[in-house]
Amino acid sequence: MLLRLREVERAFGGVRAVDGASFEVAEGEIHGLIGPNGAGKTTIINLVSGLMRPTGGEIRLRGERIDGLPPDRIAARGVTRTFQNIRVFPEMTALENVIVGAHLARRAPYWKHLFFLPAAREEAMTTGARAVALLDRVRMRERAAERAANLSYGEQRRVEIARALASDPGVLLLDEPTAGMNPAEVASIAEVIREVARHGHSVLLVEHNVKLVMDVCHRITVLDFGKVIAEGTPAEVAKDPEVIAVYLGAER
Amino acid sequence: MVGWLQEAWLTYQSVVAFIGLNAILALSVYATLACGQLSLANAGFMAIGAYTGGLLTQKTGLPLAPILAACTAVPALVAVPLGLPVLRLRGVFLAIATIGFGEMVRLWFVNWDYTNGALGLVGLPQRAGPLLVYACLGAAMFALWRLRGSRAGYALESIRQDESAARTMGVNTTAYKLGMFVTGAALAGLAGGLEAHLTFMVSPSGYSFSRVVDMLVYAVVGGATGVVGPVVGAAFLTALPEVLRAAGSALGVAPGPLRLFVNGLVLLVVILFLPNGIASLPSRLRARSRERRSRAAPAA
Repeated sequence: MLLRLREVERAFGGVRAVDGASFEVAEGEIHGLIGPNGAGKTTIINLVSGLMRPTGGEIRLRGERIDGLPPDRIAARGVTRTFQNIRVFPEMTALENVIVGAHLARRAPYWKHLFFLPAAREEAMTTGARAVALLDRVRMRERAAERAANLSYGEQRRVEIARALASDPGVLLLDEPTAGMNPAEVASIAEVIREVARHGHSVLLVEHNVKLVMDVCHRITVLDFGKVIAEGTPAEVAKDPEVIAVYLGAER
Repeated sequence: MVGWLQEAWLTYQSVVAFIGLNAILALSVYATLACGQLSLANAGFMAIGAYTGGLLTQKTGLPLAPILAACTAVPALVAVPLGLPVLRLRGVFLAIATIGFGEMVRLWFVNWDYTNGALGLVGLPQRAGPLLVYACLGAAMFALWRLRGSRAGYALESIRQDESAARTMGVNTTAYKLGMFVTGAALAGLAGGLEAHLTFMVSPSGYSFSRVVDMLVYAVVGGATGVVGPVVGAAFLTALPEVLRAAGSALGVAPGPLRLFVNGLVLLVVILFLPNGIASLPSRLRARSRERRSRAAPAA
């Protein structure tokens, strides 16, 4: 199993945002994480990416514990993310954003760059070429030279996905990638997510758009009040009485 | 003609040397600004470099090159244990903590009998000239300019724009911030060592809070977006008093107060109208003339 959460817990004072959640993400899988507002979905993304520390339980990547590591070390193990409130580097171009994402893939030390050594120059060229290819994969190639701040919401989101892919991560964490998008943009993001999985990255997708999750995910975990209430294929989850109760507000 | 040039050089060579020296100091502040950190410890690092140089020249017979290497290395070594805890602070808190360090260093030297307390080291031989200052400045500019496009350069820029996002991209932000803090300390120390051998003396009063404010103002007035800005700012504000001296005597105003007034005015005007500094003026003018031309051209 690629990513495994076991009894993960995160308390903010007396509130348990995540309360003993356990689930697994398999290699090459698109795994959906859904639930009502405040169910703890974004907190789980923050815990897995290291921006927050769990107050209990363990998170393992390929069998090794990653909970409690700083975010840069977790990224180095192969887990990168996007943010619900988009966080591209606004003063950089789309291409430069993706080049920052390739930080972990670059090796040439600064002194080789300082003296214009061929190793550094070659690496800069291959990094640039890879970044262009990634922008192509998210259909942003024509906008590569545009400052990120000038891009539309949907475009910034796709730059963010390309940036997160540039270090060739095993797991990509997507935190509500379609928030604030129109239906056409949502459809195009769905296609991008499928293509990411086709290239061998696993995806953990937090999403409010239930239709999108049902369309693209192989498996789905449903959270409510920080606890896992259902898990399975989209068809199984859709039939689950507890899920229906949570989403339709029926009496429990 | 040659005689006139020679005379002008003799009159102004110290101003020329100080432009180079202040440019190195401006770059030392730029180093930490480049990754979004406002550190004001550099007058303290400069003092450590200056005293290291002054003492080594007075007490040993070492040649200048190893002495300047020590002026650079000693403050850099001090910066590592200082930076590790202090760089966890952000914004004004980092500024305040580093001001505290600078004052601590100054008061240490004021009270240290070994270095003659408030009097400082006097009667040092003049061992540095404008040529050496500009060689050091050139090397510093080159090293900082080459960051652009390198892996480290992208990492620093990403930290400046969004530190958390940078961390999730695998950028070890602590290491990069510490690296630039140490770089700034090394440059300030080098400038301190050069100044000690340029002015024959090292006195604690030369490394007060106002000195680090000067460095920051050079960087802000010139523009802290690249290596050219801080150098332009240092040149402009160092040469300005010389111009004002002439203007002041013509107007019958004392040059000292006039200098402070004009410095403040320049800072205000730059912040209000040229937020990216004097160095951004050419590109701004170009953009404006392009705009005017496109407006003048008939819509196709």
